[in-house]
Amino acid sequence: MSMAQQAEPAVTTPPAPGPKQTDGRTRERSMALRVLARPEVGVFLGAVAVFVFFLIAAPTLRDGGSMATVLYQSSTIGIMALPVALLMIGGEFDLSAGVAVVTSALTAGMLSYQLTMNVWMGVVVALVASLAVGAFNGWVLVKTGLPSFLVTLATFLVLQGVNLAVTKLVTGNVATDDISDMDGFDQAKALFASSFDVGGVEVKITVVWWLVFAALATWVLLRTKYGNWIFAVGGSQESARAVGVPVTFTKITLFMLVGFGAWFVGMHQLFSFNTVQSGEGVGQELIYIAAAVIGGCLLTGGYGSAIGPVFGAFMFGMVNQGIVFAGWNPDWFKAFLGVMLLGAVLINLYVRRAATRR
Amino acid sequence: MDRSSHARSRRFAPAVALAAAAALTLAGCSSSSGGKKADEDSDSGASAGKANTPRMTVALVTHQAPGDTFWDIVRKGAQAAADKDNVKLVYSADPNAGNQANLVQNAIDQKVDGIAVTLAKPDALRSVLDKAEKAGIPVVGLNSGLADWKKLGLMEFFGQDESVAGEALGKRLNEDGAKKAVCVIHEQGNVGLTQRCDGVKKTFEGSIENLYVNGTDMPSVKSTVTAKLKQDGGIDHLITLGAPFAMTAVQSVDESGSKAKVATFDLNKELTGAIEKGDIEFAVDQQPYLQGYLAVDGLWLYKNNGNYSGGGEQPVLTGPAFVDKTNVKAVAEFASKGTR
Repeated sequence: MSMAQQAEPAVTTPPAPGPKQTDGRTRERSMALRVLARPEVGVFLGAVAVFVFFLIAAPTLRDGGSMATVLYQSSTIGIMALPVALLMIGGEFDLSAGVAVVTSALTAGMLSYQLTMNVWMGVVVALVASLAVGAFNGWVLVKTGLPSFLVTLATFLVLQGVNLAVTKLVTGNVATDDISDMDGFDQAKALFASSFDVGGVEVKITVVWWLVFAALATWVLLRTKYGNWIFAVGGSQESARAVGVPVTFTKITLFMLVGFGAWFVGMHQLFSFNTVQSGEGVGQELIYIAAAVIGGCLLTGGYGSAIGPVFGAFMFGMVNQGIVFAGWNPDWFKAFLGVMLLGAVLINLYVRRAATRR
Repeated sequence: MDRSSHARSRRFAPAVALAAAAALTLAGCSSSSGGKKADEDSDSGASAGKANTPRMTVALVTHQAPGDTFWDIVRKGAQAAADKDNVKLVYSADPNAGNQANLVQNAIDQKVDGIAVTLAKPDALRSVLDKAEKAGIPVVGLNSGLADWKKLGLMEFFGQDESVAGEALGKRLNEDGAKKAVCVIHEQGNVGLTQRCDGVKKTFEGSIENLYVNGTDMPSVKSTVTAKLKQDGGIDHLITLGAPFAMTAVQSVDESGSKAKVATFDLNKELTGAIEKGDIEFAVDQQPYLQGYLAVDGLWLYKNNGNYSGGGEQPVLTGPAFVDKTNVKAVAEFASKGTR
């Protein structure tokens, strides 16, 4: 449990009492209870419940290929939910994350096509652009002290307009041109959008990247100084600054991490669909934030984990596809989705409350 | 001295980096295949001289969502007619019906010479269209609102009957021997899209069901369609309601190992290639370019010659036209310019 203990920030006051608070009343709590009090355990149980439910309700889901589809959907949400969750633990959130994905894909697609360059040039420039958008968000936030809601809402609107206007200006259409016959495309596709065979089941590479990034994020959060900084700035910015945490650096880099995620998912979309429509991505930001919140991150910051959002994204993908696999009346699709998610979150909440109750 | 040169070098650093990047680009990173170079020979749009009639202003107000390829083609058609007719085209759009009504009001306030409007949600536009009538501004309808344009007092209508288009597609599926089809709706609650699927249902003799997907997120579209194909191995035809979704559906078919064929409403330039290759069976084209073009041209004709297309009684239908392997060659040339 040393990992769990390290996750608790030195300078924060999380609303749910964490396992480190040993004031005499909680000393006797069992190992099991301490495990249950972790932010990701509730969502893990919620995900298991949803999973079992659909295994029963949808027979075709028991097939390995079907699970691969669920995991694919989860991974494209999950890769973005990770940096979004880290940012949220750091006390901020990003409404521009959904359209930023499309901005990145458009940048790479248009640049390569218009200049007839190797697509890798487009990929690199798109990375720079995505990181710049993140840095801009963080910089404005830190310099002005405005709430992240306002700053990133502005960016969201600007990017939405820029996506459309620039694409139209450059290509004459509102979608990018097909780049699938250009140099470097196959390599890039192999990295961002290929799939491989596991015992006769086609698994998307995004699933692997998702898990790799999740492991990386967990390590950063629990084992590095930077991870402590994230918890610290999310818990209380002023106290963090007072004990020497570089608040400005931490916040700006967190926004840049979201930019990196947007770039990665954007590249996946570009290389998996060859073209990008400029109006896409709107509304996705809420799904990323939802996956992080379902995964146990608090909207107020200072509390959460990186593995929680993995289950949050999985749950979202599971419900999304499970409804289709179950063959339910699609008119009710959104309503089913809402009910299932609320139910899962309630399980999550209940487990955490039960575990932390004395 | 030392300090100033340092500052200067710092100032120039981005420029140097940019120049280096540009040089690098020109030197070794260009793609030997595809890209703009390969497409450079195609010029843009139709042009047919210019009328010397007095300059007039026409407002085109649609319910387009930002970044939709279909509406871009409508707008190009309208612009082509405007260029030819010496018309100043004012384009605006909002998918929210209330906001669209405000945009029509805005056009009335500008005292335009004519308004072309889509009627996706006709009731929301009723009162503002009355105002246009009172202001003496001629109004034509296009694209959606076939059932309502006359009730709302519009002069002419250019578009496709969505149900008729759906029915035509349903008949075509019967000819192709389809037994079980899925209609993929990329926007839950859109009346026109639902009408298409209902139209298919009317004439199609096999079984058909609807599937909703999240149209703003392609990976989600892909996995949802894949999931559906895996859930029901008996599906032999997928019907999508927009060209980009058809392209994605083809990938879903590949991945799920299904043998389903893909048919779609609406075209774009990638789609014509897919029809040529045989990845997609056929597309039902409502010719959006024609809708935009005729709406503007209709207003021009009315102002300059008092003409009514369709006699003011009948709609002018722009579809359904089928594009399949037999005629795709002729269409592809125009689709690559983004006008079909």
